[in-house]
Amino acid sequence: MGFQPIKFYQTGTYTVGNRLLSPDQRSVQAAESRSNSINSGHRACQGCGEALGARYAIDAAMAESHNRLIAVNATGCLEVFSTPYPESSWQVPWIHSVFGNAPAVATGIAAAMKVKGKTDVRVVAQGGDGGTTDIGFGCLSGMFERNDDVLYICYDNQAYMNTGVQRSSATPPAARTATTMPVGPEPGNPFGQGKNLPEIAMAHGIPYVATATVADLRDLEYKVRRAMRMRGARYIHLFVPCPLGWGTASHDTIRIARLAKESGLFPVFEAEHGEVRSVLKIRRKVRVEEYLMPQKRFAHLFGSHPHPEMVIRIQEIADRNIRKYGLLDEEEAA
Amino acid sequence: MLKQIEGSKAVAEAVALCRPEVICAYPISPQTHIVEALGEMVKSERLAPCEYINVESEFAAMSVSIGASAAGARAYTATASQGLLFMTEAVYNAAGLGLPIVMTVANRAIGAPINIWNDHSDSLSQRDSGWMQLFAENNQEAVDLHIQAFRLAEELSMPIMVCMDGYILTHAFERVDIPSQEEVDAYLPSFEPRQVLDPSEPISIGAMVGPEAFMEVKYLAHAKQMQAIERIPQLASEFRSAFGRESGGLVRTYRMEDAETVIVAMGSVIGTIKDVVDEMRDEGHRIGVLTIVSYRPFPLEQVRGALQHCKRFLVLEKSLAVGMGGIVATDVRMAVTGAGLRGYTAIAGLGGRPIFKAQLHQLFSQAEKDELPQVTFLDLDWEAVNRQQERERQTRRSGPVAENILHDKGIVSAKFG
Repeated sequence: MGFQPIKFYQTGTYTVGNRLLSPDQRSVQAAESRSNSINSGHRACQGCGEALGARYAIDAAMAESHNRLIAVNATGCLEVFSTPYPESSWQVPWIHSVFGNAPAVATGIAAAMKVKGKTDVRVVAQGGDGGTTDIGFGCLSGMFERNDDVLYICYDNQAYMNTGVQRSSATPPAARTATTMPVGPEPGNPFGQGKNLPEIAMAHGIPYVATATVADLRDLEYKVRRAMRMRGARYIHLFVPCPLGWGTASHDTIRIARLAKESGLFPVFEAEHGEVRSVLKIRRKVRVEEYLMPQKRFAHLFGSHPHPEMVIRIQEIADRNIRKYGLLDEEEAA
Repeated sequence: MLKQIEGSKAVAEAVALCRPEVICAYPISPQTHIVEALGEMVKSERLAPCEYINVESEFAAMSVSIGASAAGARAYTATASQGLLFMTEAVYNAAGLGLPIVMTVANRAIGAPINIWNDHSDSLSQRDSGWMQLFAENNQEAVDLHIQAFRLAEELSMPIMVCMDGYILTHAFERVDIPSQEEVDAYLPSFEPRQVLDPSEPISIGAMVGPEAFMEVKYLAHAKQMQAIERIPQLASEFRSAFGRESGGLVRTYRMEDAETVIVAMGSVIGTIKDVVDEMRDEGHRIGVLTIVSYRPFPLEQVRGALQHCKRFLVLEKSLAVGMGGIVATDVRMAVTGAGLRGYTAIAGLGGRPIFKAQLHQLFSQAEKDELPQVTFLDLDWEAVNRQQERERQTRRSGPVAENILHDKGIVSAKFG
């Protein structure tokens, strides 16, 4: 009898296949009981980070709430691609009202559940970065401040993708969008602008704030389940690459998300009552170029008329994040 | 039970009797006393179970109401003026989703110039939003209309604004008969939503609808309001049997026997108009009054029926379609198309300008003699207007209009009387 070597196809990803785990350790997605909250057949683009993130997030919320969940959706890609009338991908009760009011609609549903004594029914509101950091910001802040019993998930793809890639207050510096074109002396989105919504959420002192990326789906599931075990206003800011808007290959969505985290540009952490409680450390630090170069929205920083000074400023942002959140293990940081 | 009570407090009592489950509060004059009173009732647990939510804007007030109503709760809020405009997107959305929210509008002018006093510009700006709009003549009717509104809204799955004149009604102390809980419970069944967010039976509400179905959805909303034309008089008559008084309905007539001239109006100014008409009747004038209670749906047939035997009508309205004339008058003229009547419009009381009996007496007499232009601006200070127009001709940088006029009139701060 010869020796049969076992192939680990996922070498280099740090991901352990579910087959090697005991059933109680398996992910929600790997569980037979997963709810398929957002069914197949929707109209998201190939490689859509938001579709992937929403599926994992809502299935995890369903698992934690024992399928007693109501979802609210702001206007945006997720709303449009999941519910072209008369079709709907949603296997959970779902409502879309307008662009800027998802947190308030969710507050109303949570109030209705409370008044009817159905406290087992939980409420999740979701929106893109435009619906969250810009037009829905007032309603979101109100929902946070009142500590309404709602988990809000922001799927951040860093621009208004549904309307054709326009700048939002979550668009990073230097990024090309349809309204921040790569022309003029400082091409792309200006430096020194934008909102850090996870930190703004933390400033409200709400029970739970977390960030996550679609590169670490176990981490996302954990954070959603954790959030669902709490009451009051909770916020998860999920980094979801957009192949269409960023000019990346559909098969690179996970890789780009991982590079955002590994470069320090997108800090992944959890906070309770305004206090950071844990961070996901950088495992293999990369320079920002490695994250920026595969994306056409940053193409003007490289190539024949490069802007190395802008790349340096972006690296400074990453380094600040690394220091601020302690994203590197101490020996590596030293 | 008879009470000497402020209009806002009376409305709060009526709303509480309707057992709302979610109330959204955002302060804007002159509506504020209503939500204040309700807040106290919820806090003291006199009104329970009920969730009272201090929201951060009127846009949130309507949005929270949308969520609550879609989840099957009876939802209520109140607003006015700028607040109604600020929530406009959600106002249209609530109607589009067919959510039977009831909202009090304490009618108030819209700025600029900022003005907190009464006219009907606010709710009339929402006339095409899909909400029904019922106008109260006095505080008793404001109370009664709220009770009828919840019933009608929930029956048809359509939202309703109950409109009451800001300050004139909201802040007036009058004798009001507040019904008992048993009476209201007997009239208003519990809310059975047509569609509801329920994990046991998941549905998607608010999906995107393209050209292939949008027209039908919009027509069905229109058809529901046409259905309301049938239901409003029936509900008013049921209300009369149950509570023993006249309130609501589509239109009401006053001293219309053999009337040649009919004054058409909405809201609290009807009281002043009736007094003037009484005096003129005593003097032998053949004049009557047509009150429009239901502005949306607009009762075209009933208006036509009421006006068809007169010679002329004068629509007196607290609103202005800038660049055109009257808003209500346009609808009234539509109702009497081809009837061969002479129609006049009087724009009156904008931004709380008081409407006095003597002015109305003169206006109605001119109407009777067909001496009125198509559109009259009651009590307009032509001298002030002319001076400002002259100033604008003379100087490019002629300054802020409102401040110039106040200066011309020698008024430092607004005062009446």
